[in-house]
Amino acid sequence: MTLYETPVFEKGRTRVLGHSVPRLEDRPLVTGQGRYIGDMNFPHQLHMRVVRSDVAHGVLHAVHVEAARAHPGVVAVWRHADIGDLPPINFRDAAADALKPYRQPLLAGDRVRYVGEPVAVVFARSAAIAEDAAELVTVEVEALPVLLDAAAPPGSFAPGLGTEALVLRQEYGDVDAAFRDAACVVELSLDIGRHTGMPLECRGAIGRYDAAYDVIELWGAAKVPHRNRDALAAFLDRPVHSIHLHECHVGGGFGIRGELYPEDFLVLVASQRLGRPVKWIEDRREHMMAANHSRQQHHEARMALDADGHILAMDDVFALDQGAYVRTHGARVLDLTLSTLPGPYVVPAFRAVGRFRLTNKTPAATYRSPGRYESTFVRERLLDAAAGRLGIDPITLRHRNLIPAAAMPYAQKLEANGHPIVIDSGDYAGLLDQALAAFGWSQVEQELQARRAAGEQVGAGVSVFLEKGGQGPSDSALVSVDGQGFVEIITGGASVGQGFETAMAQICAETLGVDYRRIRVVHGQTNRIRFGIGAHASRATVMTGAAVHVAAAEVRRKALEQAALLLQSDVAALDIVDGVVIRRDAPGGASVTLAALSRACAPGQEAAASGTPGLYSEGWFHNAHLTFPYGVHLAVVRVDPGTGQVAVERYCVATDVGRAVNPMMIEGQVAGGVAQGLGGALFEAFRYDSEGQPLSATLAEYLVPTLAEIPAIEVLITQDAPSPSNPLGIKGVGESGCTGVGAAIAAAVDAALGGGVRVRALPVMPQEVSEAVLF
Amino acid sequence: MKPAPFTYHAPATVDEAVDLLGRFAANGARIIAGGQSLVAMMAFRLARPGHLIDINGIAPLQTIAVEAGMLRIGALVRHAAIEDGAAPGPLGRLLAAMAGHVAHRPIRTRGTFCGSLVNADPSSEWCLAMATLDGHLVLRSPRGERSVPAAAFFQGVMTTALDEDELVVEARLPVLTDDACFGFNEVSRRAGDFAMAAGLVTYRLASGLLCDVRVGVGGAEPHPRRISEAERVLEGEAPGADLFRRAAEAAAAAVDPMEDGQNPPDYRRRLVHTVTLRALEASRA
Repeated sequence: MTLYETPVFEKGRTRVLGHSVPRLEDRPLVTGQGRYIGDMNFPHQLHMRVVRSDVAHGVLHAVHVEAARAHPGVVAVWRHADIGDLPPINFRDAAADALKPYRQPLLAGDRVRYVGEPVAVVFARSAAIAEDAAELVTVEVEALPVLLDAAAPPGSFAPGLGTEALVLRQEYGDVDAAFRDAACVVELSLDIGRHTGMPLECRGAIGRYDAAYDVIELWGAAKVPHRNRDALAAFLDRPVHSIHLHECHVGGGFGIRGELYPEDFLVLVASQRLGRPVKWIEDRREHMMAANHSRQQHHEARMALDADGHILAMDDVFALDQGAYVRTHGARVLDLTLSTLPGPYVVPAFRAVGRFRLTNKTPAATYRSPGRYESTFVRERLLDAAAGRLGIDPITLRHRNLIPAAAMPYAQKLEANGHPIVIDSGDYAGLLDQALAAFGWSQVEQELQARRAAGEQVGAGVSVFLEKGGQGPSDSALVSVDGQGFVEIITGGASVGQGFETAMAQICAETLGVDYRRIRVVHGQTNRIRFGIGAHASRATVMTGAAVHVAAAEVRRKALEQAALLLQSDVAALDIVDGVVIRRDAPGGASVTLAALSRACAPGQEAAASGTPGLYSEGWFHNAHLTFPYGVHLAVVRVDPGTGQVAVERYCVATDVGRAVNPMMIEGQVAGGVAQGLGGALFEAFRYDSEGQPLSATLAEYLVPTLAEIPAIEVLITQDAPSPSNPLGIKGVGESGCTGVGAAIAAAVDAALGGGVRVRALPVMPQEVSEAVLF
Repeated sequence: MKPAPFTYHAPATVDEAVDLLGRFAANGARIIAGGQSLVAMMAFRLARPGHLIDINGIAPLQTIAVEAGMLRIGALVRHAAIEDGAAPGPLGRLLAAMAGHVAHRPIRTRGTFCGSLVNADPSSEWCLAMATLDGHLVLRSPRGERSVPAAAFFQGVMTTALDEDELVVEARLPVLTDDACFGFNEVSRRAGDFAMAAGLVTYRLASGLLCDVRVGVGGAEPHPRRISEAERVLEGEAPGADLFRRAAEAAAAAVDPMEDGQNPPDYRRRLVHTVTLRALEASRA
């Protein structure tokens, strides 16, 4: 693990880009002075409690709220009928019309469709009173048959409407011919369990209507504040700039936090209608039933190969268990799964059919590496099966099929979200070799062989992944230097704890020539900047980082121009070092600080008269292409034959990030991703009984791995294939630690059990491993 | 996650606490000591005591001491105290080793030994120790004091012989002799989770042969208990790998595993085999 470095003084200046400098945002977080949504309060605020359905599927005949309304301290209780004028929650991006009937209402109307679905809300003087009164709300539900298996035949969502909301299909090449003529065909039924992000801090929101200025505020925003602002403006039919979203400190996002949920709309609407701020804090049990689930899919997958192990074709039919409604993402995860199935390999013929099916469970959407965790598991399992069938070493088989570096950029003949996939850059085989060397793989294999011979059940597994990041289309940043020489960067980005402030400051410091510790970074405040792309899908450092670079370069240009006049020098002879403009040709001679330059072009100053006053700039970065981070996961596990439990002895990730801004933060991102991947591979699963009652509604049943279950994560960061799509070559790294874990662990467990493809489902359960040990 | 309303009492003496229990038992009074299970259940509103009687101010209940061959563990003795060696001798060492498996350290600094007994989770390490070593509990109520053997106290999953107006004043365990051998093993999904199976063995060696053998199993059945079938296999025999394996097989065959949907009975039986064998192996280490 990299420990942080102090900024490096190199060639006469402080260098921070590419160095593991300490995070700027940590002081309040480690001294207990952070401000999370739970820490926020406004005078006269009310507290909201959601009454949730305890029936998984049924006709909702009546919701009785009289007793709750009469409870002392209660201000209002709403049912669907009380807010019947409000539409269901819309999709954030354009989505197929066919999905519209499946959108979630703020409160259940004539049907309830999952345990945890909001059926009423109570507003009261305190959170405790609200919870007391919520217990007084009673519902009359006529139970309907429960559908819990997306692979089973579809059922009824509503009269005349089935539970298969959408079927996506992509195909190229002659798949049937490839399978007919193949020397080797492997076929697997595979399942990925139902997981989700489990942030330490549950969700929360405060809605506040400021009647004096006719502004609505939503506190507790995350992930995509600007796009959520736009969605709320459309929902409420208000001017976009009369709605301000404010991000507080965020205790973990992982893709699920920061989407718009019923509770976000309810606090906003209530703040207007009740005329008081309304606060809602999600408790853990609610989180397990209310926040988006993810991952659960069933695949029937096949792969055809020639006798030498070259892939000829892939064919997959899968069902995605969407849960009870289609939320803000539409069918994004279905599309992402389907389009990322080939991954980093040459697949001459391909066919996949994805079925988007509703069930009576908590609705699903994106969670770190959405679709890729699933598709990587499926593809890599097929490769492991093929390796076993052909008697080829799994690493050798992968080597033979990786897209060669010479083929870059590589068009995949597939579309993701309607856009053709063109992989930007990469040397997959080169990275695989580097990873094997760096982690001493041949020695690992030898040691494992010796231990197996001595009776231990140990094994190693490998997976190769292809991620996607840096999705545009555009982002902006404002960079300004104040009269004290401090720099402010205003972004429309968001911080979910990943070190966003530090990364932006590092990029700005490098480009502008200032100490990164003199930079303040604003994010998640929609009233400070018009647009923003947020923090999701491994894109913040690519998109917002590039915009910061552009803005900082323009500020530098302005400063140098100004300084050239003052120092009577040619711009080309000037440089900015740690906030001071100097003459390269006369070190130690005349100089001027950025602070002085900022003051010199303040409004009213002579230098400002000719143009726009102030030392600042707005920078934009536009990007029509994705970046494609990639990497290798290597796992070593030990199976306890007495219990079937799997201990992870080593976990190694090699990933090419294009350009590393802060290696320490990258390692943190990767290690956190691996931890979540291990959760899905070995522990985490939302289970239901036959009536659709959740069996994993607390952290005692939904098993998140702890420090005791996670080994030290070994990370190799390479920068061999910078992305040509952005000025710094950055590819993104937010999800790379997670993507390949299910696949690598499955392979390692199989190896420990003596070979073959035994692991067909995630998470790998000890009782199933125990069965395999017996035979 | 906010508990239902309740009235809070903080008695200063056992008499006062028992008096409060007598007065409010009918209205759902509950004793709180460490609160590590009760508070969570109150937050879920699965427990809704109308009155909460906090015994943390009753200093004599912090006693942990050996008297007349019995280790007395007062109602306020925390798991962490036992883990840190508050109990002397071989029994103290055994309990200290077991304490490390009780949840996580922050929980152990608050949760109490007697609280675990009252909660009577099938996988509780302390219930297993009490059942295996034939401890007993001292209970006080307005009607007086009584002593109940562990084997009679534990009646089922989170079900005990405790009456609603009774306070567990202390637990008593017979101390182990200096030549006692012991071993403990448990299996849980993650470090600190409830055990899916736990095994505890104690015995002495007389002329190289096992005697006074006790084998207890927890986590697999509704409450921990001694497994006489396994004890009989071991009693009077010389320790060895084959003997231990036969004892583990006997334990696995004797239990009637609970079903919980996720863990089929055969799997739990296998785990009982594993923890019994490993406890026996640990006793020789």
